[in-house]
Amino acid sequence: MEDFTFDVVIVGAGPAGIGAAVTASRSGKSVAVLDDNVDIGGQIWRGERTRPLTREAQHWFDEVRRARNVQWWCECAVLGVEGPKQLLVHDRSRQQLCRINYQSLILATGAVELFLPISGWTLPGVFGAGGLQALAKSGYSVCDKRVIVAGSGPLLLAVAAYLQSRGAQLMLVAEQAPWSRVYGYALHLLVYQYTKFRHGVSLRRTLRKTPYRVGCWPVRIRSTENGLQVIFTDGVKYFSESCDLLACGFGLVPNTELAQLIGCRLEQDRLVVNRRQESSISGVYGAGEVCGIAGVETALVEGQIAGYHAVGQDRTAQRLYRRRDRLRRFADRLQKSFALRDELRRVPEPDTIVCRCEDVTFDQVRDLGSCRAARLMARCGMGPCQGRVCGPALRFLFDWKDRSVRPPLLPTPAGVLCEEYVSDPRDSP
Amino acid sequence: MVTQEQQAVTEQTPSEDIDKVCLWVNGKPLHVARGVTVAAALLNARHLAWRRSVSNTPRGPFCGMGICFECCATVDGQERVRTCQVLCRDGMSVQLEESR
Repeated sequence: MEDFTFDVVIVGAGPAGIGAAVTASRSGKSVAVLDDNVDIGGQIWRGERTRPLTREAQHWFDEVRRARNVQWWCECAVLGVEGPKQLLVHDRSRQQLCRINYQSLILATGAVELFLPISGWTLPGVFGAGGLQALAKSGYSVCDKRVIVAGSGPLLLAVAAYLQSRGAQLMLVAEQAPWSRVYGYALHLLVYQYTKFRHGVSLRRTLRKTPYRVGCWPVRIRSTENGLQVIFTDGVKYFSESCDLLACGFGLVPNTELAQLIGCRLEQDRLVVNRRQESSISGVYGAGEVCGIAGVETALVEGQIAGYHAVGQDRTAQRLYRRRDRLRRFADRLQKSFALRDELRRVPEPDTIVCRCEDVTFDQVRDLGSCRAARLMARCGMGPCQGRVCGPALRFLFDWKDRSVRPPLLPTPAGVLCEEYVSDPRDSP
Repeated sequence: MVTQEQQAVTEQTPSEDIDKVCLWVNGKPLHVARGVTVAAALLNARHLAWRRSVSNTPRGPFCGMGICFECCATVDGQERVRTCQVLCRDGMSVQLEESR
């Protein structure tokens, strides 16, 4: 097995990882960025390296092209921790396992979508909200498809507008938060973050022909001859809407698996970092959504701060503190606007699948009391996704917080693991 | 695995359109745009689902970013590959459990 050594290793090539890599590389130190996806950009700039959609993305991809001393390793999954300051990485593009040594590590692992179990959510044609957008950005043509976007959060409008720009016919955007909260959010943006407010208004204008219903949520999805039928409720009345594709997501949760495996302190599912963006473990930094959902602007600033500190340029980093603190304050307040309502906990029916990998139903786990018990007694979370989908759902539904993380972080063919360990004579005992 | 016969066909017709690549899906050729993921290419070919869950229900892509493992298929002989995390390459063979 091959060994590589870099001064700074960054996990995640989204805005936070890019910000960190670009700033760290200016010091002349060697930098490597590892990402599981086929290209850099993360979810928000997926597929935009060659054709950026915003001026911000354009700027940062230009910076990426100018950055020396940076190796961008895509299709690389971090499987675990091999030793102190050493990661075990599966590089799929080179079909090999390798050890990567670092002086400083920056975790820019982003977020995953929160999916909630709804009767029928396993039907073909049902996607995550960000999920359908990601697939569209990866080349799926949604042209002329009837699409419903449902769930919660500012992402819904962005997804709907994007899909419409790709030719989809938007039937409905359904937000679970009540009007008062959504107005509060808009007002907050108007007063404190005017550019974002204008962005929101322009999204809404783009979607002027699409009904935007607030305070309603999906309770059941049926497969019909004519595509999918989605049944919504506002808590009192029910209504249904038909579509070809349903994009449904209930917000984002920080992706803290690697942080957890390394042993960094977490709080409320977020990686805890100090003003330097450093975690409870010296030399391990965090930036962006992994420290709490805050959006692309925050991720970029935090990435830069972490990048500067990781190479010892503390003065330069400190200049960005005020901006970061301001953005974080707003983010924390805005998260509350889209808090999920209690009624969503009553959406799953007894036979609704909770764990999609092992087809475990709501009824089979509801009385088990913990993720651990659900795993041991019902195989919930024991499939290939390792609880990435049902873990956050169980946390919301039952407040079970004990999702376990263990290596390998992603299922890896046994052949890859064995062959690499055996075939290299240096590794033989 | 791509059979020799399949290899021969793709080698004969590689440059008809440089922006296209040819996948072999369950042994049948599928011409798709260069730069799209296998999941996107299959969805465009009107497959919404190509896997069976443990209780035998049809499943297709869901999260789009490599975490849910719903879009897995056998790619170039490698089982359980997340098709949303792989770009289409010329001559790639993709084996689906089923399609509808």
